[in-house]
Amino acid sequence: MKTQHGISEQLLAKGSPSLWLLLAFLLIYPAISNDFFTFQIGAYSLILGTISLSLMMLAGYGGMVSLAQLTVAGLAGYLMAIFGENSVGVMGFGWPWWVTSVWAIFLAALFSAFIGAISVRTEGIYTIMITLAIAVAFYFFVRQNYVLFNGWTGYAGIEPPTILGIYWRNPVPFYFLSLAVAALFCGAVVYCSRSTFGLALQAIRDNPRRMRSLGYNVALHRVIAYFLSGIIAATAGVLLVWFNGRISPGSVSVGVVIDILVIAVLGGLRHPIGPFIGAIAFVLLENFAIDLIDRERFNTVIGLVFLLVVLYSPDGLLGLWGKIRMRMMNSGKTGPNETRGEIGSKSADSIETS
Amino acid sequence: MNGLQDSALSKLQRTGRYALELESVSRHFGALVAMADINLTVESGERRAVLGSNGAGKTTLFNAITGDFPPTAGRVRLFGEDVTDLPSHERIRRGLRRTYQISLLFHGLRVIDNVYLACRGISRGRFALRRPAIEDSAMESASNLISVVHLTDERDQLVANLSHGQQRQLEIALALAGAPRLILFDEPAAGLSPSERSELVEILQSMPEHIGYIIIEHDMDVALQVAQSVTMMHNGRIFKEGSPEEIENDPEVQQLYLGSGHG
Ligand SMILES: Nc1ncnc2c1ncn2[C@@H]1O[C@H](COP(=O)(O)OP(=O)(O)O)[C@@H](O)[C@H]1O
Ligand SMILES: [Mg+2]
Repeated sequence: MKTQHGISEQLLAKGSPSLWLLLAFLLIYPAISNDFFTFQIGAYSLILGTISLSLMMLAGYGGMVSLAQLTVAGLAGYLMAIFGENSVGVMGFGWPWWVTSVWAIFLAALFSAFIGAISVRTEGIYTIMITLAIAVAFYFFVRQNYVLFNGWTGYAGIEPPTILGIYWRNPVPFYFLSLAVAALFCGAVVYCSRSTFGLALQAIRDNPRRMRSLGYNVALHRVIAYFLSGIIAATAGVLLVWFNGRISPGSVSVGVVIDILVIAVLGGLRHPIGPFIGAIAFVLLENFAIDLIDRERFNTVIGLVFLLVVLYSPDGLLGLWGKIRMRMMNSGKTGPNETRGEIGSKSADSIETS
Repeated sequence: MNGLQDSALSKLQRTGRYALELESVSRHFGALVAMADINLTVESGERRAVLGSNGAGKTTLFNAITGDFPPTAGRVRLFGEDVTDLPSHERIRRGLRRTYQISLLFHGLRVIDNVYLACRGISRGRFALRRPAIEDSAMESASNLISVVHLTDERDQLVANLSHGQQRQLEIALALAGAPRLILFDEPAAGLSPSERSELVEILQSMPEHIGYIIIEHDMDVALQVAQSVTMMHNGRIFKEGSPEEIENDPEVQQLYLGSGHG
């Protein structure tokens, strides 16, 4: 019996019924919902979830909590406007969409690696502060720079291409595009978590000093993790700018930067599915909490939910679900399940403290 | 022609007589001098015990050699090459290994993953995004090492689930990975039961002859079974060096050792 796999991994193990059920639901979802739910809720959650996934990968496996993941996504979005087409009349080189997106993702991932190189020698709270500083600096830079980023106004008219006669910004095609990207990266992260690189990353999280004395260049490993997570964040950033059709300093402001952290922590940092659960919860709250309370109070609600989750379930909603399941199973039988729960919480501690 | 001579020469230097040479190595932490003016040579394949009371600077010596806490003064040469300015991982890639007095393991990973990473650390493919296959050479060596330290049954267990003794065994397995030439064992027997101790002695004695090691060990019986020479440290300095018999029968050492409560 593999004791390492937590409850979420058992649920989503290759070929398990719940995984198939989930996939089936995601595929028929556009058919059973309207445009608003397909696009504003579905696609948007998938995109935010993918950006948070890039944070989950760094924080959950690497022990590096970077607040600059949205900044990387934002840079990719800006680069789409700069090298592709926009309606503002600034920059807009008009490169074909696929060259632009590959180039934008690559440059933004390099930027992510650069952020990694700056922050990689720091630990814990200092990593958070340095990456937050970078995010804030980026925000002020794009706001003041008119040559490249068109300052306060930013860019508009950034559109996904029409391929095979399909306009990809239509709700259903865009939903499936977002789903494909999310599933691809989610699967890749799950797969790579057991790869040599992924194991090494988790080992560095557990014990960087020991990894050095096993012959690993810990700093380089971390920078590469930042690069890979940058690819995920940047790809989601391209989708996000297609989703909004526009990008401006407000898209990369501190509030949005923090949202990504909230989503990742809300969902849970222990499994790649966590950020998506967090994103759905966040987007639903964002859309429907304002029906109950006014706009200004929304942040209070999110803040309270965040606080409750952090206090009662350090593993996020995912961990909450695991706990409930455990309790249900334990009321039936006792023994091995109990130990498994303990293991889970132990390694969760090691994520937080490292 | 010249190039050939050069490479032959550098090879000679590298495979020279000494595995380790320390030249007036010191380390202080703030005002505290943990280790001062250490001169020490260890020959290739030599097995050396380092004795000394708590706080004598033994672990500090290891940290200076591996680069965990580089020396504040002096030079370190490994296999004839000056490595004083090299980071830890570069020293390890040159054939140096170590264990830690307090186990430093990867608690969130399985036993096999711990040892696999150790085997991978000194070979290519550290950044591979593919999962290692069972027949992968590093994975095969990992499985072998696990059986050397008697952990085959715990192969798929999380390290967090292992007993203290098993964690000490794993600690040793990590240091045996790859092709080590000089291993630093920091109190490997600490907290082991008598039967685990004799297993440890067995593992050390059955190691190939070309692998040298330095072992820090309080237990004289263990130390003398596995070492050819002994260095005695006291207050951050080398106090005595000699054969096990010389050290054992040295009146000053006896006084110091019995005085500090070890035996
Ligand atoms: N990282 C460190 N920071 C501060 N002081 C240290 C550190 N490592 C060791 N020391 C101090 O150096 C001295 C020697 O310690 P150590 O080498 O661990 O002794 P030993 O291994 O012989 O018991 C002790 O006084 C110890 O407190
Ligand atoms: Mg010590």
